Amino acid sequence: MAIVFDRPHALTDVPTHYCPGCTHGIIHRLVAEVMDELGIEGQTIGVAPVGCSVLAYNYFGCDMVEAPHGRAPAVATGLKRALPDRVVFSYQGDGDLAAIGTAETVHAATRGENITVIFVNNAIYGMTGGQMAPTTLPGQVTQTTPYGRDVKVAGNPIRVCEMLSTLDGVALAQRVSVDCVKNIQVAKKAIRKGFENQINKRGYSIIEVISSCPTNWGLTPVEALDWLRENMLPYYPLGVYKDTSEEAKGNE
Amino acid sequence: MKGNEALAEAAIQAGCRHFFGYPITPQTEVAAYMAKRMPKIGGTYLQAESEVAAINMVLGAASAGVRALTSSSSPGISLKTEGISYIAGSDLPCVIINVQRGGPGLGGIQPSQADYWQATRAPGHGDLHVLVFAPSTVQEMVDLVMDAFDMADLYRMPAMILADGALGQMMEPVEIKERPKRDLPEKTWAANGHENKRPHNIVNSLYLTPGDLEALVKERFERYDRIKSKEQRSESYMADDAEFIVVAYGASSRVCKSAVKAARAEGIKVGLIRPITLWPFPTDAIQEAAKTTKHFLTVEMSMGQMVDDVRLAVNGAAPVSFFGHTGGIIPSPAEVLGEIKKLAGGAK
Amino acid sequence: MSKNFNMVLAGFGGQGILFAGKVIAYAGLMDGQEVSWLPSYGPEMRGGTANCSVCLSDEPIGSPQVLNPDVLIAMNLPSYEKFIKAVVPGGKVFIDSSLISGKVEREDVEAFYVPATTLAEENDLKGLANIILLGKVFKEVGFSSEEALHKAIEKCVPARKAHLKDANLKAIQMGMSL
Repeated sequence: MAIVFDRPHALTDVPTHYCPGCTHGIIHRLVAEVMDELGIEGQTIGVAPVGCSVLAYNYFGCDMVEAPHGRAPAVATGLKRALPDRVVFSYQGDGDLAAIGTAETVHAATRGENITVIFVNNAIYGMTGGQMAPTTLPGQVTQTTPYGRDVKVAGNPIRVCEMLSTLDGVALAQRVSVDCVKNIQVAKKAIRKGFENQINKRGYSIIEVISSCPTNWGLTPVEALDWLRENMLPYYPLGVYKDTSEEAKGNE
Repeated sequence: MKGNEALAEAAIQAGCRHFFGYPITPQTEVAAYMAKRMPKIGGTYLQAESEVAAINMVLGAASAGVRALTSSSSPGISLKTEGISYIAGSDLPCVIINVQRGGPGLGGIQPSQADYWQATRAPGHGDLHVLVFAPSTVQEMVDLVMDAFDMADLYRMPAMILADGALGQMMEPVEIKERPKRDLPEKTWAANGHENKRPHNIVNSLYLTPGDLEALVKERFERYDRIKSKEQRSESYMADDAEFIVVAYGASSRVCKSAVKAARAEGIKVGLIRPITLWPFPTDAIQEAAKTTKHFLTVEMSMGQMVDDVRLAVNGAAPVSFFGHTGGIIPSPAEVLGEIKKLAGGAK
Repeated sequence: MSKNFNMVLAGFGGQGILFAGKVIAYAGLMDGQEVSWLPSYGPEMRGGTANCSVCLSDEPIGSPQVLNPDVLIAMNLPSYEKFIKAVVPGGKVFIDSSLISGKVEREDVEAFYVPATTLAEENDLKGLANIILLGKVFKEVGFSSEEALHKAIEKCVPARKAHLKDANLKAIQMGMSL
């Protein structure tokens, strides 16, 4: 019998801790499929963040390092400088990348650090139970914005791809979503391009993945995807914000 | 050679090719030296966006299995404590240099020894220690940086060089000797790409099951006990027949040496014990001396921090006094001599 | 040469105080002595006060910070005023008299007045007042052999300023002739 669907080799045979309907599983799978297709699992080192995906180090089959909260780009920098011929990626959430780790993110990007960053934006702090994230939408209710995010008090959300696309060291800044099959296919292509850029020493690539958090949004998985489409995509438009793959020269 | 430059060159000689830094007085020459040398020998010098980033770059490089170094001064070390805790919790070797200046806060930029507690008690959150070496000459800075890399690799833990602004800025002759290579364990734990030849390595410090975490920390503390029994280092100076013992490390120990010599010239039987490792603290040497010593005097460039460890080691066997200056002032030999005379006079 | 010296050199930042101190330390080193050189360091790069301690000894050096110098080299008034009281009785004090107009009031120290800055300007040795003064110190104190002093100059003048080597040696000679 022909096998038509199987676990990618670069995913370990370990049940994940993610909530039902969480899109981390899809994104993990896409990254693993890309590692399989490029045949780089044995050459890759992943950096896990602090947040829901902290345990990603158990799920990816490549060597993994767990970074302190927000520091994944710095840890990835250290790894890449020590192992310039290996593939290094970080997998980070919105709090990790765009709040506590903003400095590390901006500077790794502007250095053109030759790494690939998978940025999962679900507009909320999941692991600690649903607090405001830097990407929480105006008016969005969370545990720490119980009356909805008031931008006069809590400030405005950060659009990461738009911000980073102004930096010279960035080879690829693309925002994708995993809310439907078509978008998942686009997302996978973008992730693959992010890894290929690195292999071709083109510099910093970031793929921002708009994703859902049914548990902390208080919605069913299907409702969550609808909410994502209705609320997140207008604020965070999908698309390529920067792609200078041909001319970008990263640090070797 | 200038102390700071000696630290940097010693690291290079020890095989370190990855330095991540951030400018801060009075250690900036370490970074400047590395910036000059590393590109010429195929190494990495990277000026990070902050001390926080620098220590985490060290974490990344150390995870890859290479010898990595970062350097800073007191306020910058505070920023690094997060990373130091993670590095210790991940059982990674690395070397951290602290060229101490006055504190707290922005403090001052003159030499100080006020980070003793931080280095030996709480270099980061959680149950952990780092190896702490305290050079007192530029030559010793070279020797101890090399030892620190070896010991860090041997025990899979961070090692700190606790120097100060005076040692960092001063110039003394140094000799960089070829050293026999130590037999060190292979870094089979490194996250450097498994090439499908071994199970994937995970470098992490997160253990959500309390029992797992406790077992791991206990294992680490058994290692710490082995280190305490094997790696204590100190120097004794005119201490054999001494009735009074001065305890001091680093720059202040030099002042004390001058004072001890002067006191001996006046017929006072005084000696010096100079801790070279601050963690593990040379408890044994001080305990031994406590059997015959009438009075201990601890001299520090702080309000009195190491004196705690001296008292713990002496354990009531003799009185322990303290003398020091803080804020960036180096005690003078005459002041220390005065303190020694007070002890000697009091004992008569 | 087996004498012990504890020197303080002090002046404005930019006068080459630290450089002159380094030359003395290197000269001692060339003669096989124990040496140390400890600068003061501050937030200002130019124009602030700068000083350094230099120790030459037959034995390992204890405290590298010289609080009571036996040789003081002062190149401006604030430095002179700061250190003159600290000089040990019988010590020697070298003063750039182009910049410090007063005379030493202490009678238990020996004072030498060298118009080093003026001499430097008049003899096309601008910026080398420190070295002229150093030549005088060498003559009066003899902190090293002459050969060691020359070697030290060669060692301390950086390669990119190699053209200044001769000027430095000329300045030393000028100081020695005073």
